[in-house]
Amino acid sequence: MTGYVVRRLISMLLMLLLLTLVVFLLFSVLPGDPARLTCGKACSPSIIEANRHKLGLDLPVWQQYWEFLKGIFVGRTYGSGTATFNCDAPCLGYSFKRNEDVTSILKTAFPPTFWLAVGAFILWIVTGVTLGIFAALRRGKWQDKTIMGIALVGYSLPSFFIGLLLLFTVVLKWQLLPYPNYVSPFQDPYAFFTSMILPWIVLAILYAAFYMRLTRNQMLDTLGEDYIRTARAKGLPERVVIRKHGLRAGLTPIVTAAGLDLAGLLGGAIITESIFNLPGLGALAVDSVTDSDLPVIVGITLVTATFIIVANLIVDLLYAVIDPRVRLV
Amino acid sequence: MSTVASGGGVGPYLDVRDLRVEFPTEDGLVRACDGVSFSVERGRTLAIVGESGSGKSVTSMAIMGLHNRKTARISGQVILEGEDLIALSDDDVRALRGNKMSMIFQDPLSSLHPFYTISKQLVEAVQVHQAVSKDAARSQAVEMLHKVGIPNPERRIDDYPHQLSGGMRQRVMIAMALMNSPALLIADEPTTALDVTVQAQILQLLKDLQTEFNTAILIITHDLGVVADVADEVVVMYGGRVVEHGDVQTIYHHPEMPYTLGLLASMPRLDKLRADRLDPIPGLPPSLIRLPQGCVFRPRCTYSDRVPDHRCDTERPELLTSGTGHEVRCHLPAEERRAIAAERLGTSVGESA
Repeated sequence: MTGYVVRRLISMLLMLLLLTLVVFLLFSVLPGDPARLTCGKACSPSIIEANRHKLGLDLPVWQQYWEFLKGIFVGRTYGSGTATFNCDAPCLGYSFKRNEDVTSILKTAFPPTFWLAVGAFILWIVTGVTLGIFAALRRGKWQDKTIMGIALVGYSLPSFFIGLLLLFTVVLKWQLLPYPNYVSPFQDPYAFFTSMILPWIVLAILYAAFYMRLTRNQMLDTLGEDYIRTARAKGLPERVVIRKHGLRAGLTPIVTAAGLDLAGLLGGAIITESIFNLPGLGALAVDSVTDSDLPVIVGITLVTATFIIVANLIVDLLYAVIDPRVRLV
Repeated sequence: MSTVASGGGVGPYLDVRDLRVEFPTEDGLVRACDGVSFSVERGRTLAIVGESGSGKSVTSMAIMGLHNRKTARISGQVILEGEDLIALSDDDVRALRGNKMSMIFQDPLSSLHPFYTISKQLVEAVQVHQAVSKDAARSQAVEMLHKVGIPNPERRIDDYPHQLSGGMRQRVMIAMALMNSPALLIADEPTTALDVTVQAQILQLLKDLQTEFNTAILIITHDLGVVADVADEVVVMYGGRVVEHGDVQTIYHHPEMPYTLGLLASMPRLDKLRADRLDPIPGLPPSLIRLPQGCVFRPRCTYSDRVPDHRCDTERPELLTSGTGHEVRCHLPAEERRAIAAERLGTSVGESA
């Protein structure tokens, strides 16, 4: 078990290293001159060249990559003389567009994304899994058909549509909620809640629809298993058969899906954040792409990938705890 | 109804009368079990033999009350110790399941819950029917595991099913079925998923336990070797119906229904020359939704032209008595059937191994 974890951690680091390389190379071959983007319209070639040198963009690509890697572990200094800027470890680069180091930018953008993901996660797991189980137990009946109908609608409606619809009705027309304006939950819990509730719902609808179908299918598969028949043949009451023998096996695969989905969302929910004006990683990604702010894009990509890789490891470890057949070697 | 011999003179423990199980589907009504009758006494073994789709498993599940009554239409009588299970409520039948009657299944790996230890699953089987403490239930379980031949039961009881071999798993299944000393044990293809050597051990175990607990055993199988080994009485099913019924000697040595003959002829035997090829039954089992007109076996039967007036094409044969405790469903005259059997099986039919 310990050996397994150590090996997984090492391979995780290698994977991340490879990822930085790929992302870095990808952006270095993309058209567009990052140095040209550092100053506005009226820019003389000499300023561009100076910035190019400051950012280290005049170095060969492999050397730029090396500086980038070094920055992550020991930090780096941009420029020289009076115009220096210190970027402390872990330094993921420096955005001239925003005049801020990428790490600080990401740190500011993370909390809204985190709260959005966690709130929506709780909402969709509770509704999706409960309704999925209920549909499975009422298979073929009107309850099942209704829930599956809802799931289909929820899954088919794009989140920008639901989001704008809710904004238009709940906020603008009926004025039940103020226009979402993110504040930290520690600062003003009430305002936080009122501005998060719509984003939570919008994000949760899509996932809940998916989880209803997933849970229902898992439960139906499990309830058709031979060991469920054995449980009934023992004379166990039906509710024990379902609760103890059905749920345990049927919900296990949901853990995997849930872990990975949550991790993916921690990297930002682009559409939901943009609609509700949440200053999170997703909105940041959109802004950085429109601005061609490459260092920030590289940073977001790395952080998101890290979440997913770590979540994978956690899910695998958790699986070994849940399912005794899984041996981690 | 024929009772072949009386096992202690107490009358049949399980008496199935005109049992029908039908499943309404979009394609039509599936008559999986159509008027099946037989009985088993304590201490005796009845085998139900037939191909896949002949209705043998459906019959056994109906006895156990394991069909969903919302999707299956069940009629007839299943009388267990004088009580008709079909007339009882679901919950009353549930209370008997695993208690008075138990069942073991074909594939012990998929039939045991992969996430729970043997101990948990056995203790649960005890506590459902007996008000005993966990520790008491556990020591009962250890004792039963010892009885079914699991070495080191005190240690193995904490294993998960996947940590045991196939034979050991089936022993655990048997132990689980016997935890509440049932008087009726239904074994649905108990050896099909096991190696031949393990098969023999499991069958021997069933026989030993039957002697010890005086259990009535209903064994469902398509393996005639298993039947010869354990059964006292045999019911041959085809297309959801009983086509031949008799004691094991009669079925093996004097079968009369052409289907039974076909089954016997398609079984490899050590006492026959290697040059004698196996003789399979042509064709496939019938669809239980659209059964053939007349005799259900007619499309695969090679002797139907010997019956006058095309009765096999038009008239369903009845299950008629042909000798003491021997019932046959066939239009052929009895002498003709016996002649055909003698010709097909040859004179060298000995005690089957």
